[in-house]
Amino acid sequence: MEIIPRASMTEFLHAIQEVSFIRYALLAGIVSSLTFGVVGTFVVTRRIGYIAAAIAHSILGGIGASIYFSRVYELAWLTPMVGAVVAALLSAAVIGWVSLRTSEREDTIIGAIWAFGMATGLLFMHYAPGKAVNLESYIFGDILLTSRSDVIATVVLAAIILTLVGLFYHKLVAVCFDEEFARLRGISSNLYYLLLLAITAISMVLLVRVAGIILSLALLVLPAATASRFSRQMWVVMLMALGLALVYNAGGLAVSFAIDTPTGPFIVFVASVVYGLSFLLKGKR
Amino acid sequence: MAEKRIVVQCDDLCFRYGKPWVLEDVSFKVPEGESLCIIGPNGGGKSTLLKLLLGLLEPGKGSLSLFGEPCEKVRSRIGYVPQSMQFDRMFPISAIDIVLMGRLDRLKVGRFSKECRAVAADALDEVGLADMANRPFSDLSGGERQRVMIARALACEPDLLLLDEPTANVDLSVEEQFLETLVELRKKMTILVVTHDLDIVSLVGDSVLCVNHRVHRHSLPLSGETIKEIYSGRRRLEHDRRARHNHGDHSACQHD
Repeated sequence: MEIIPRASMTEFLHAIQEVSFIRYALLAGIVSSLTFGVVGTFVVTRRIGYIAAAIAHSILGGIGASIYFSRVYELAWLTPMVGAVVAALLSAAVIGWVSLRTSEREDTIIGAIWAFGMATGLLFMHYAPGKAVNLESYIFGDILLTSRSDVIATVVLAAIILTLVGLFYHKLVAVCFDEEFARLRGISSNLYYLLLLAITAISMVLLVRVAGIILSLALLVLPAATASRFSRQMWVVMLMALGLALVYNAGGLAVSFAIDTPTGPFIVFVASVVYGLSFLLKGKR
Repeated sequence: MAEKRIVVQCDDLCFRYGKPWVLEDVSFKVPEGESLCIIGPNGGGKSTLLKLLLGLLEPGKGSLSLFGEPCEKVRSRIGYVPQSMQFDRMFPISAIDIVLMGRLDRLKVGRFSKECRAVAADALDEVGLADMANRPFSDLSGGERQRVMIARALACEPDLLLLDEPTANVDLSVEEQFLETLVELRKKMTILVVTHDLDIVSLVGDSVLCVNHRVHRHSLPLSGETIKEIYSGRRRLEHDRRARHNHGDHSACQHD
């Protein structure tokens, strides 16, 4: 964070125009917020928060592997983003397959993927040649490291997620609400559950970019959890969560710039406080 | 009677999950427009029979067909009402959106068609909840939730309605409303109800199938004696079933 000087809010607006990395950070934050609200609502209502957390941690494995192989074999296309997407989708597929097709307990496989991802990531980073990897930026997030290609990747991934949800919204909701009935209506429940996990996985990649592995889950779950205190309609919850995520991301970036605070932790702190307040206000039923 | 089409035809059906047979030599048929109540002790195979009818399980031996075809092929003609306990009351969804799930097989991508929305609205109207369409699921009472589930089954425009313990966990006043709905529906379609509720049996059933590993058919009305024997004998049935689980015990059932 040291690269950013202390500055006022007007200077932040000025910086958006002048400094490319702040512009990229804001753009990536806004675009990914659109997906957090929508996917977060599914994750909260289907109660798969811990699957999302396991996927987030497995992403470190993908990042480590992509750094290692891109340096050893000089593969320029193998960016950490590519590694992250592959690792996230693989973890989602493994967790989905195990919970649908085997008798293993779901929380056990979640724990295993969680730790395995972190372990492989750390090992690959240890053995990767060249300069030491800035582990902290992946673990705690550093949206200010967002590059132009990151913004493009974010836009593409967000577009994929929103298109899939838009096309299959009713089927995804039905599978979340009553998987058996959906199957009786000719919907492949397993397929749509896996699709939901895949969408969650891609969202986690975007989230890790913004808030880091450890804080990412908060940013996915808290806006939707807060919104669901105020509405009992899925799409309304989604819109409210999306709005909250937008405010958190853009506002968090501006404020943390103005008072020189790390962005990810600041955003998560605010989101948690707002959720806590909403709980006190609307917690009783 | 004889000219009526047969909706459910079950011949010498056997099924097992592991080694012991859960259902053995089960034979019965249900003609079009009749309603059959399925009763029996817990663990007697009622749910298994239901899953077989829905095509979620495959018969081990024997045959089971609906409308003359294998069950999983004609799923779209069944309106299924599961037990209401299994739903997450916190789920953010409105009554009409639940009912629309009955039209999922007509939806490819995107939004439901006008026609689907009209069918769903009619289904809600039929169970007397037309003005509750946009109410959140969590705001509905137990009986209203149950009727929403029936409306969802009706939105499938089914030829056969299958209900799994519809009055379990529903209080008495609600049950009365619910029974009225069911009595009306009985005039329009073939109904199969799994139940412990003797009010349903006497008001809705044309006949009763007692499932306890094997099955036995009773015609209605059941005499007070039969009812007493079926239910007071339940503990004994459970005990006997465990003691000799290879033989269906219907000692409490009277032959008609």
